Amino acid sequence: MTKSKNKLLADILTYVALIIGAVVMIVPFFWMVSVSFRLPAQQFSRELLPNPFTLQNYVNLFKDLPNQAFFYLTANSFKLSILMVIGQVLTCSMAAFVFAVCQFKGRNFLFALLLGTLMIPLQVSLIPNFIIYKYLGLIGTQWPLILPAFWGGAFGTFLLRQYFLTIPRDLVDAARMDGASFFNIFWRIYLPLGKPAVAALSIFVFKDAWNDLLHPLVYLPTDMHQTTLTVGLSFFQQQLVAGGKFTVLMAGAFLSILPLLIIFFIAQKQFIEGIALSGIKR
Amino acid sequence: MNYGLKPFGREKIWLWLMLVPTLIGLVFGTVGSLLATLGLSFFDWDLINPPQWAGASNYVALVQNKDYIEAFTNTLKFSAEYVPAVVIFSLFVAVLLNRKIRGVSIFRTIYFLPTVTSAVAAALVWNMIYGKDTGILNLLLETLGLAPVCWLCADNAMVSVVIVNVWGAIGEGMIIFLAGLTAIPRDYYEAASIDGANDMQKFFHITLPLVTPSIFFQTLITAINAFQAYDYIYMLTRRGQGNSTVPVAVYSIYRNAFNFFRMGDASAQAIQLALLVAVFMVVMFWWERHYVVYE
Repeated sequence: MTKSKNKLLADILTYVALIIGAVVMIVPFFWMVSVSFRLPAQQFSRELLPNPFTLQNYVNLFKDLPNQAFFYLTANSFKLSILMVIGQVLTCSMAAFVFAVCQFKGRNFLFALLLGTLMIPLQVSLIPNFIIYKYLGLIGTQWPLILPAFWGGAFGTFLLRQYFLTIPRDLVDAARMDGASFFNIFWRIYLPLGKPAVAALSIFVFKDAWNDLLHPLVYLPTDMHQTTLTVGLSFFQQQLVAGGKFTVLMAGAFLSILPLLIIFFIAQKQFIEGIALSGIKR
Repeated sequence: MNYGLKPFGREKIWLWLMLVPTLIGLVFGTVGSLLATLGLSFFDWDLINPPQWAGASNYVALVQNKDYIEAFTNTLKFSAEYVPAVVIFSLFVAVLLNRKIRGVSIFRTIYFLPTVTSAVAAALVWNMIYGKDTGILNLLLETLGLAPVCWLCADNAMVSVVIVNVWGAIGEGMIIFLAGLTAIPRDYYEAASIDGANDMQKFFHITLPLVTPSIFFQTLITAINAFQAYDYIYMLTRRGQGNSTVPVAVYSIYRNAFNFFRMGDASAQAIQLALLVAVFMVVMFWWERHYVVYE
């Protein structure tokens, strides 16, 4: 009797703690959406729900910002994020296949070296890379964001290699018996079978690329037709806040996170398993 | 490993071709650029005039330049508040979610939401929440009969920035810990129950020791992120000319490199940051040897 009572008490306490935490986590989203549907005059109203409800801010986002800026920012974010996903999936999966399946001299050294690069802070590589791009005349173009995505990377290679290691070797032997070439074993066996890990990596890369602020800030011009949503929004923050247009800003913020929220709700499993995969099987 | 796939003769070319992008990345992106930055740190270079040999002067500046010392101290302060908070809160949430209760997946989704949200969009709304006269946080304080706080003024900005960063990081930590917790065999708890252990005893004698690998991993990742934290701080505390109310070390690196084109100073600061990461990792791996329990 006392035991079930204790259990009940513990359950109640658990729910109370979890609900308080969940409210803290969700309030910023709620506020963002709520403000985005208010009249500009009520931007600082402390009522919880918009009254009256208006879609005007979303219209203004496309109408008021000069030269269809919001449309171009969104298009750039999509374009760059998708290119980066393609680059990372291609180059990381090739390296992961080689590290997971092949035998050759120097493999362990190379793999350890690659993993070691996870420790190098981004700031360290940013400086010489900036200088190289400057001498190549690429500052102000989107190339400094696209090219590195096609250079592989420790995180993606590691993630995919861990998954590739779980694919039975018999498949390779069987394919070899049938005369499959080296590249075909990768392309026709490992890549298709590695789909769950590829999906997880794609989501991570897309998320990081979509949310990246630093690289677009450093490499792209502050031209609303060339830069990304994150830079655009941080730029509008200064403009719109000065003009007292928090409601439009919140509409922009909400639209900017919407694609990732949709992807997250569709592919929650891959998201969460990907993180767990990178965490456990170090 | 004897059963690895051995490329036949000409196929060896394929093996290396498939590694080419990674090798380019190592040369230009990471290992090569570490060496380049190390070299640059011994020069003064504004990218216009030829580089000038500077000896160790850029490193001397690290301990003499008051602004930079403040920035570096801020990085340490920020990390000292942020890392324990993320690890403790996300472990706490994970432990609660690991109890067999209804609605786990809803809570998991809610706690994870900030992780998929861009720091820029989130910071825009946090800016409103923190507003001194208009923000809902001060409204809450007023309702509780407390005085309003200027959250983003110099005195409080550090704490406010830490809060937002922790808010954004709990989701990922929670997943790591949940994965670690579900890996603990149920038998251990059942055996402990038979021996009459209560929940507290079970937590401290079974859960905590067995989740130390996850704590180790999460602390490491969180700290490396903390040393490089930028987005929220930029969005919440930026002032004119790339300055900030809470200037941290990476702020100083970016300003020197991309606003003032003082590549030598920026490189020396970046190297110091890399050393901070390296030293921290050495300490963590020592800690791992002594305290982390692997089954």
